[in-house]
Amino acid sequence: MTRLLELLINGLSLGAVYALIALGFVVIFKATEVVNFAHASLLLLGGYVTAVFHDDFGFVGALAVGIVVAAAVGAFVEFFLLRRAKARRDVIGIATIGIDIVLTAELSRRLGTSVLALGDPWGNKVVQFGGITIAQTRIAALIVAAVLIALFLAAFKYTPWGISMRAVAEDSETAALMGIRLGRISMSAWCVAGALAAVAAVFIAAFPTPGLDRTTSLVALKAFPAAILGGLDSMTGALVGGLLIGLTEALVGGYQNELSFLGRGLGDVAPYAVMIVILLVRPSGLFGTREASRV
Amino acid sequence: MSKLRWAPLLLLLLPPFYLDMFWLQAGLFVMAAAIGAIGLNLLTGSTGQLSIGHSFFLAIGAYGYVYFAGESDGHVAGLGLPTPLAAVLAVVLAGLAGLAFSPIAGRLSGMYLGIASLALIFVGQHVLFNFEKVTGGYNGRSVEPMNLFGFPFDGSTDLVVMGVPFGAQERLWFFGLVLLGLAAWFAYGVLNGRPGRAMNLIRDQQIAAGVLGVPVARMRSAVFTLSSMYAGLAGVLLALAFQRAVPDYFGVLLAFEYLAMIVIGGLGSVAGAVVGAAFVTLLPQLLTRYSDSLPLVAAAGGEGVAPSDAARYLYGGAVVVIVLFLPAGLSGLRVPFLTPRKETTP
Repeated sequence: MTRLLELLINGLSLGAVYALIALGFVVIFKATEVVNFAHASLLLLGGYVTAVFHDDFGFVGALAVGIVVAAAVGAFVEFFLLRRAKARRDVIGIATIGIDIVLTAELSRRLGTSVLALGDPWGNKVVQFGGITIAQTRIAALIVAAVLIALFLAAFKYTPWGISMRAVAEDSETAALMGIRLGRISMSAWCVAGALAAVAAVFIAAFPTPGLDRTTSLVALKAFPAAILGGLDSMTGALVGGLLIGLTEALVGGYQNELSFLGRGLGDVAPYAVMIVILLVRPSGLFGTREASRV
Repeated sequence: MSKLRWAPLLLLLLPPFYLDMFWLQAGLFVMAAAIGAIGLNLLTGSTGQLSIGHSFFLAIGAYGYVYFAGESDGHVAGLGLPTPLAAVLAVVLAGLAGLAFSPIAGRLSGMYLGIASLALIFVGQHVLFNFEKVTGGYNGRSVEPMNLFGFPFDGSTDLVVMGVPFGAQERLWFFGLVLLGLAAWFAYGVLNGRPGRAMNLIRDQQIAAGVLGVPVARMRSAVFTLSSMYAGLAGVLLALAFQRAVPDYFGVLLAFEYLAMIVIGGLGSVAGAVVGAAFVTLLPQLLTRYSDSLPLVAAAGGEGVAPSDAARYLYGGAVVVIVLFLPAGLSGLRVPFLTPRKETTP
């Protein structure tokens, strides 16, 4: 029973981190209708910058630098690729794969085989209550993700920025006619997504994971199924999808000895299997708008 | 004039007589990649369905062939079938895998399919690493050489053509060329006929396609199946050229490379897929070979950017540049003397 509780809490915390990544992904899709395949490399970049600077600036300072760098690179991509390309939206999606290839190649060249610590204050400390042992990083992840998500959703609902973002998502041409600057909205979406990814990087690389290495971006790829099984254009979907993926991964990973007939390392594959099953039943995700077209 | 247009392709028969092993091997990889890229281009370029799962089908082709053709020993299993039959079965197997994915491939459009197909790679890698009897596990397994009606495609028998000894690479060169030719010819046929028009309409105006009586979902899954058969064939050729199949190779990066190929060459174009495949496949090999004389690129073990990384910067960058400035890809470039003007009806 305690094991199940531990796994559930770990899964929730992991899911909250995936939800952070998926949220950024969904924001970009809503604002620009482009699927950002470079998201995983943005995350790796944020984590890398944090890891490099944490000796000089302390953890919080380094994280701030990491957030700024990831957001800036996101804005850079928006400015030089999305605004200028005249291609179809899905071709631009493939172009972000090009960016991902370059960015990941550069970062993994710099990382080499080393595993970098991010210098987070929680280290490998654990909390115990009622026989349950939880790493402090997992609790911190849950709290930070919850706060950020709440902030983001509030901004999305109440600030002028959020209102313009929603207007653009609804109908970009009309929004532009109402005086909303599409360029700014789309760039801000990329900035927010980059920043959220950088924060998520900290918790993906923190204890119990040994640290940031070149496979971190593969972990970040799991936010893709999170985003799509919730529905690419739905914020709620991203949150639910993230939690679902996190719980699945933690539970399957935790009980993989009982599931050993399915092979080793099942926890890493289970999220994708869940995604396939959900897409079979609901092709546009759990909360995505169904494509309805009038002729 | 128009009949002579294809004449320069005959030059492709010459390399085995003049070039050394390195170039022939590189050429074989290009041919294999080109077949796979043609298939992916039918799906992504012509039908507008993104797939990031292409390397999964390459793996099925490669391991299907290895399993059907290979002999059982203590470590790995195999059926020991005749190699041509094994190759055909491997392609069929890849097609069946594509068909099995069709409930998803038919219903999801564009980007959604792209992310969903990412699942194929991870599930595929999981299976490849755990199914050691077939795949040989982490270290992979060796590949049975092709033997077509008693003619072996390896160096086991002596064969000298016009004073040039024909080893595995020379023989496979012609084999690959024939396969690539057939693959390209078939793709041209598909694209220029009714299916091609239906595919393009699905890409551009899905609703119009449905209204005009194109069965959109069925067409999508049919193209997905066809494209996975192309990938299967590419996998077979790749396995023959490598002479060893390693699971790690068929990962996300390979799938990204294939997408890079078709964007660089030109979406929806058969010739473009071949050009893109040559670009992406040759780049790392050329950089490795000439790393001594190139600035910034490190020779083996030296300081600087490793050739494989340098190649990734270049083709990743090329994808972005081409999307920005050359939407039709490299095949959209017109060389004034070589490409005849399109005859327009007044």
